[in-house]
Amino acid sequence: MLEVKNITKVYKTGNVETKVLKGISFSIKEGEFVAIIGPSGSGKSTLMHILGCLDAPTNGQYLFEEKDVSQLSDDELADIRKKKIGFVFQAFNLLPRATVLRNAVLPLTYANISKDKREEIAKKSLKSCGLDEARFFHLSNQLSGGEMQRVAIARALVNNPSLILADEPTGNLDSKTGELVMETFRKLNEEGRTIILITHEKYIADNAKRKISIKDGEIIEDYVNNRSI
Amino acid sequence: MLITDLFEETYFAIFANKVRSGLTILGIVIGIGSVIAMISIGQGAAGSIESSIQSMGSNLITVSPGFQRTFSQVSAGRGSAQSLTIEDSDAIAQEVPGVLVVAPEVSRRYQVVVKGQNTNTQIVGTVYSYPQVKNIEIALGTFISDQNVRSMSKVAVLGPTTRDDLFGENANPLGQTVRINGINFKVIGITQSKGGTSFGSQDDIIFIPITTAQRFLAGSDAVSTISVQAENAQMMASVQSGITNLLLRLHNISDPQLADFSTLSQQDIIESASSITNTMTILLAAIAGISLIVGGIGIMNMMMTTVTERTREIGLRKAIGAKRIDISLQFLAEAVMLTFLGGAAGIILGSLLAFGITFFTDINTKISLFSIILAFSVSAGIGIGFGYWPAQKAAKLNPIEALRYE
Repeated sequence: MLEVKNITKVYKTGNVETKVLKGISFSIKEGEFVAIIGPSGSGKSTLMHILGCLDAPTNGQYLFEEKDVSQLSDDELADIRKKKIGFVFQAFNLLPRATVLRNAVLPLTYANISKDKREEIAKKSLKSCGLDEARFFHLSNQLSGGEMQRVAIARALVNNPSLILADEPTGNLDSKTGELVMETFRKLNEEGRTIILITHEKYIADNAKRKISIKDGEIIEDYVNNRSI
Repeated sequence: MLITDLFEETYFAIFANKVRSGLTILGIVIGIGSVIAMISIGQGAAGSIESSIQSMGSNLITVSPGFQRTFSQVSAGRGSAQSLTIEDSDAIAQEVPGVLVVAPEVSRRYQVVVKGQNTNTQIVGTVYSYPQVKNIEIALGTFISDQNVRSMSKVAVLGPTTRDDLFGENANPLGQTVRINGINFKVIGITQSKGGTSFGSQDDIIFIPITTAQRFLAGSDAVSTISVQAENAQMMASVQSGITNLLLRLHNISDPQLADFSTLSQQDIIESASSITNTMTILLAAIAGISLIVGGIGIMNMMMTTVTERTREIGLRKAIGAKRIDISLQFLAEAVMLTFLGGAAGIILGSLLAFGITFFTDINTKISLFSIILAFSVSAGIGIGFGYWPAQKAAKLNPIEALRYE
């Protein structure tokens, strides 16, 4: 469903050029659960931004569902993010002082869906991520970390995206709640969702069925994870 | 994004920071409030000046004599000539179309004595039509009649202030005698009080028949003013030019530049008075407008802070698919909503101020629909104007950097 062909990314600061990605190629099929693993500074975040259509590569091609998205404008990229991609961030990025339900509904407000329908979809999504209905009208900053991340996952799912991108989703959680969140991802994958997980921790990456290991902007390993839980 | 969503987002954003929003709005409230109050004072003043002009009589045209020119080329000043007569006044009444009533008058100040009391006041010699032309009402007795004028009766009608000065407050002097310039006059009436206007008191005055005034006091046939009332406001211009043409013909003057009289219509006075009050209103509103601009800068400042504070939120919104226009509309709507709330509160504040000014002082105020519409559109304009830059700043944020913002 997505394919990157020899993409590079160069950042310019004054006269100094920093090559962050040095020709990366791989493809991911529908229904895969892929972990992109690498130490900090390896370029995995930059790669994730390109995969998530938040940024465009300097060179190379990125085909998303057979469509070349590497040269699209900001607003065209926003349209793809809206319809096809769900993000889960390390810092959750929930709206503070807003209810759980309002947070989950947020992506749908940009999709011109009627208000009743939106809430229905959001409630279903929240339930499927294991959130109790009693919590729907709590403010997001009253929740525990694990609950916050599950609200964020529910938010990523409301648009029924073909790809879920999780950037260090357990980075701000203790290992026990982190495990709970990873279980949610595994369940979603079993339901047939494509998931890309970015992490620097091996035991988190072990949840995925395939691992792409990068270092200094290059792929050093791409293999099927037999130890997948 | 639907309009209702935009309102909801705006509502949440503004009420999330009640105190800050309230303080920011205060600038607009004070600005709009003072604009409304200032305009209401200006328009109130215009209204009271106009009504005081109208109280001198409606649809009035005043004809006065021109310069007194002597052989030595010395001009004694406008109004000094003795070029108008009762015959002119009669001719205007008979020949100019559209004239309702004509009242000639001779006026001058004389010493008036009553049993030890004395005063110096305006003595106006006139005819029976004078009260109609000048909107004067009789409180007691009668005004000068046509018969009094024809027979040069020595009768007088007193203004209420003069009556108070000579006979004591609220006395009834009907039938008593006043001595004007050494001649006895019998009091036959008292006029209703009109209050002082900006154009001299109409209460400190004595009316006597014009013929009596010419014969016994002035000693000449000249009249000092002819007041003409037109049938209606539309006729004013044609009556005014009709009078000018008639008098030029009667006085054998071919060049209008050399006319020995001048005409002044009430319309002219009202126009020049309202141009003064308009200038004053604009001046007041402009001073108040400065505080509106300061308020607008306050809004811009708050919006800039808000955009910086909510950088991560903007990043998230962009990540989940918000386009530039969605983001800029959201922040623009917030700014406009702030100024709109401020505008609404400002209109209430301004109205209360205007009401208070009228209540505690004698200054008239008038809140017009115009000033309210102006206030609303100015506040919306300030919202758009001062909200545009912060909104653009938000819309242009790079989502990746925004999401990383600490």
